[in-house]
Amino acid sequence: MSELIPVYSEGQNAGGRATAVLSEAEIAAIDAEIAHVPYRSAVAIDALRIVQAHRGWVSDECLRAIAGHLQMSAEELEGVATFYNLIFRRPVGAKVILLCNSISCWIRGCDSVQAGISGRLGIGFGETTADNRYTLLPVTCLGACDKAPVMMVGDELHELVDDTVLASLLGAEGGPDEP
Amino acid sequence: MSPDRSGLERPLTRNVRPDREPTDLAAYEANGGYRALRKVMGNMSPGDCLQVIKDSNLRGRGGAGFPTGMKWSFVPMEDATGTTGRPGHKYLICNADEMEPGTFKDRLLLECDPHQLIEGMIIAAYTIQADIAYIFIRAEYVRAARLLREAIAACRESGYLGDNILGSGYSLQMHVHASAGRYICGEETALISSLEGKRANPRAKPPFPQVSGLWGRPTIVNNVETLCNVHHIIEHGAEWFQSLGLTEDAGTKLYGVSGRVKRPGCWELPMGTPVREIIEEYAGGMEDGYRLRGFLPGGGSTDFLVEEHLDLAMDYGTIGKAGSRMGTGTMIILDDRTCPVAFVKNLTEFFARESCGFCTPCRDGLPWTAQVLDDIENGRGRMDDLETLARQVEFIGAIGNTHCALAPGAMEPVQSALKYFREDFVRHIESGACPWCAGEAVT
Repeated sequence: MSELIPVYSEGQNAGGRATAVLSEAEIAAIDAEIAHVPYRSAVAIDALRIVQAHRGWVSDECLRAIAGHLQMSAEELEGVATFYNLIFRRPVGAKVILLCNSISCWIRGCDSVQAGISGRLGIGFGETTADNRYTLLPVTCLGACDKAPVMMVGDELHELVDDTVLASLLGAEGGPDEP
Repeated sequence: MSPDRSGLERPLTRNVRPDREPTDLAAYEANGGYRALRKVMGNMSPGDCLQVIKDSNLRGRGGAGFPTGMKWSFVPMEDATGTTGRPGHKYLICNADEMEPGTFKDRLLLECDPHQLIEGMIIAAYTIQADIAYIFIRAEYVRAARLLREAIAACRESGYLGDNILGSGYSLQMHVHASAGRYICGEETALISSLEGKRANPRAKPPFPQVSGLWGRPTIVNNVETLCNVHHIIEHGAEWFQSLGLTEDAGTKLYGVSGRVKRPGCWELPMGTPVREIIEEYAGGMEDGYRLRGFLPGGGSTDFLVEEHLDLAMDYGTIGKAGSRMGTGTMIILDDRTCPVAFVKNLTEFFARESCGFCTPCRDGLPWTAQVLDDIENGRGRMDDLETLARQVEFIGAIGNTHCALAPGAMEPVQSALKYFREDFVRHIESGACPWCAGEAVT
């Protein structure tokens, strides 16, 4: 299970050469978004998503670099980044498990699914496995309530999740994934 | 459901294949797709289109049910024919941020027939003379976002999008914006804040987005299902659309049922189909061993209805008169083996988590309500907690005490649970435990 990392933990003095932090591919993707909006900071969320897609999460160093590129303050961008639950300001595992715990999935047993995941991976909500393979998060109703309970692993939706589905996705309970 | 080969009885799902694979441009065109757009671009002024939509009595399918034609009519148009707007951009936004608990209808439309949405959007944008359109889609709808981007690219190639659409002189650019989470983004002014790259705090109204929306410009925000209706209405006419509904509300509706029913699912049916028919015929009735105690008619922020309401028509007016809202039209069933207190606690915890934090009744009131419900559920409740809940319902639930409709919506299941399931709250408090958790015989 990962340690909680304070929001401002690293690279506090990187400021001056911040934009050099972003790759050419990242900057090109951000600039493509800027092309159809009236001002640069309007693409703040797109830019955070682009960087996160490349790196898995948005570090302080990246946050400052994005803010510099969008001509906005790092503080303002931090306010945006921390508002959205799918912008990660801490490292996450290689795959993020988004477990729906809204009403229809709750009726049909999402608590057991959560127990099944925790039993296999040794993590609760907001935690990452020691081997950095998985992070488990709760998520808003995933819009597949006729197939409840559901969850996403990375970009893939999994429906009618039960112990068999969990076993095929994550291995046996108390298996090799257990630290 | 009998097959509807003409597509005239169930227009929205006519291209939905049994395997749920998407309908591509060629298949969409082969089934009459973009015919309505050709009709508009050849023969109809924006004013003509607006009149047809107004006459059709199409109402917003995102939950509030506001008349779509009236909403569009508030967008400033420079002259009476509506062919030119004020200088500067106007925007059309499709709200594809489906997150209402228990709602799973827009995903079907987005994944199975992306071109239906795009055609509706082009006609809607033309009607208000918008030059830029956005599809604001929740982050988790990865497949739908990819399909939409591919469909938009195909439309550009075919001259349905971009400059000078079908030689009409009208131009429209369309973009997909993938969001980054948070339920509040579905609120139309919060959605606009989010699309501007900001925190998704809702805005005070007025000014209404129709006049001052995205980047201060006239903006229309419509739900996916609403926009999917548009080209059918243009093609077949307002009278045809009105004739589809069984009651005073027009068209068809995507109805859904989730919970302990035999066949949970989502079906396009005539507007005004009775609740009982949807639950018993389409959803196959309750699972064996489960009895219906109540249902939320249209998502997590609608009031409970109970058995006596099963024969009501699912339309805006009828469900409204019964003390609830049709909302998104996707029902969530409360069965007798599920604790109503825990049910409402789950919903309230959801809304507390999803509060944007801007106004106090929502930011502080919802966690407080959730805490009281948690106390009752876990045997720590006192009788005066019921009065606390009633006070919270009255205060937080009053439109005007909060900045947007999130917290009042959150209070709807709480207040109606107190009304219909009060004895269950009392049993929790008197016995100091949840009867369902304790495994007692229930109701």
